[in-house]
Amino acid sequence: MTEKVDTGRRHFLTVATVATTAVGAAFVAVPFLASWKPSARAKAMGAPVEVDIGRLEPGGLVKVEWRGKAVFIVRRTPELLATLKASEGELRDPGSKESEQPEFAKNDARALKPEYLVIVGVCTHLGCAPLDKFTPGDVSVSADWQGGFFCPCHGSKFDMSGRVYRDVPAPTNLPVPPYRFVSDTRILIGAETENA
Amino acid sequence: MASTSQTARAGGGRLAVLTAWIDDRFPMTKLWKEQVAEYYAPKNMNFWYFFGSLALFVLVIQLVTGIFLTMSYKPSAADAFGSVEYIMRDVEWGWLIRYMHSTGASAFFIVVYLHMFRALLYGSYQKPRELLWIFGMLIYFALMAEAFFGYLLPWGNMSYWGAQVIVSLFGAVPVVGDSLTEWIRGDYYISDITLNRFFALHVVAIPLVLVFLVIAHLIALHEVGSNNPDGVDIKKVKGPDGIPLDGIAFHPYYTVKDLIGVGVFLILFSLVIFYAPTMGGYFLEHANFDPANPLQTPPHIAPVWYFTPFYAILRAVPSKGLGAALMGLAVVLLVFLPWLDRGKVKSIRYRGPLFKFFLFSFAIAFVVLGWLGLQPPTPLFTNLARLFTVVYFAYFLLMPWYSSIDKTKPVPTRVTYHAH
Repeated sequence: MTEKVDTGRRHFLTVATVATTAVGAAFVAVPFLASWKPSARAKAMGAPVEVDIGRLEPGGLVKVEWRGKAVFIVRRTPELLATLKASEGELRDPGSKESEQPEFAKNDARALKPEYLVIVGVCTHLGCAPLDKFTPGDVSVSADWQGGFFCPCHGSKFDMSGRVYRDVPAPTNLPVPPYRFVSDTRILIGAETENA
Repeated sequence: MASTSQTARAGGGRLAVLTAWIDDRFPMTKLWKEQVAEYYAPKNMNFWYFFGSLALFVLVIQLVTGIFLTMSYKPSAADAFGSVEYIMRDVEWGWLIRYMHSTGASAFFIVVYLHMFRALLYGSYQKPRELLWIFGMLIYFALMAEAFFGYLLPWGNMSYWGAQVIVSLFGAVPVVGDSLTEWIRGDYYISDITLNRFFALHVVAIPLVLVFLVIAHLIALHEVGSNNPDGVDIKKVKGPDGIPLDGIAFHPYYTVKDLIGVGVFLILFSLVIFYAPTMGGYFLEHANFDPANPLQTPPHIAPVWYFTPFYAILRAVPSKGLGAALMGLAVVLLVFLPWLDRGKVKSIRYRGPLFKFFLFSFAIAFVVLGWLGLQPPTPLFTNLARLFTVVYFAYFLLMPWYSSIDKTKPVPTRVTYHAH
């Protein structure tokens, strides 16, 4: 028997030990990294909100809270929808190119079903709550008012789809949250797809 | 070891006996000699060399005042703002401790920026000090993280929206952006959960990292030795005793010099604390005297002054993703200075006109961008920010070119020194 050191064996054992340790370290890292994800309580509080719109009258508005923000649901009449074309020329971002909304809302109505507008009721300027001024010609806004939302804090104006007018402080259209219809009369705010 | 203890015993004194007893068990005297009493620093170190020891001093201020603040602060969305007001009004001397901490944050960045500029002036990042420089940059990154996490804690409205803006920058990361921001916040918006975790990072995690990095920075410094305003390697010319002819012992010569620096610093620091603790809104922003309100954005969101050069770069770029990338690059490029600089000489004293031009235009760009980052983004200011962003990056990206073709002056073998 010789005292020769089997360096190949030593090298293999070193590499095997280091590799095993690395796998172990990766597994140990998982709980710590995952502990930073929204907790069960945070998820429950930020869960999608289901709203019954069955009793919402044409031209009516209902406010619900979702993730600390106010969400407006408006049932638009054909007359209100007709104002969208009229206001188009005076808007800053009529195509909603620089605004925040799900892909399906990048249209004039900014909605899944044009009849129902679902929108975050927080002014994109400084976070005030815009008022519903749906009556065209409402003198509290201006004589040539087409109907829409008006922010009382700094005078930002939005049309019936929450699209911002030019020459007002708010930079973008009111955001549209993700939402979907659970049935004809129920909207789920906070989720676009079934499993989200 | 054994011989030290024997001479000490022969010499008599009780203190000497105690010293010897410790030295046999822990290298106290050895460390003191190697790192302080017999650490030879160049004798020509000037004004710019105050800021390293001052940074260490401010770190101590921040650690001590920070520990005392945690004793009265409550890291929850419901109590945080109120507990800061409680510290300011009801805790004995609480206002002083908090103003020391808030002013210390700005002082830290002033001192560190001057310390870093010193390295740019005298080529202190060049070989063999690359690792020393990298440790320093890691300290700077940790300091930025520390400042960012700490700024959320008072839970004022600017704290809230500042964090909102910075965290949402991570949303610019392709594919995983949204889940990344959610992971950082631990919620769907900046909430109690976010505040609580930022508190843990600010008070435990980052300070530990900072202290460790500072030790590594000092070990690396004492291994390679201090640079000097001439960029001359003093170890090349040694006396018969093996001590560099241009070197003087760190203690007592530089400990005494640095103490004067600490004295002057404390005078200025006290003036701010007692007469201008908010520094007109630059050290403590006015909007932060309103509690955090997720539904109400402050009229004009600007980070604290020490981040504004990078914020100006972010805003100068029309695309969010590209802006965030450029902002990151503006900071990270500093790390690569030792390899971007192809200059044969270290110090500005022997560099050519090209290097001087690019370094000073970089310094001006940094200050102007810092100012622009505090202003609302008007079209004129945005264009100015774009111009100075180009100047800022030119310093780094053109460096391999201008530093290699520049006409340098001959470097002396000994440092230039005039006795006073």
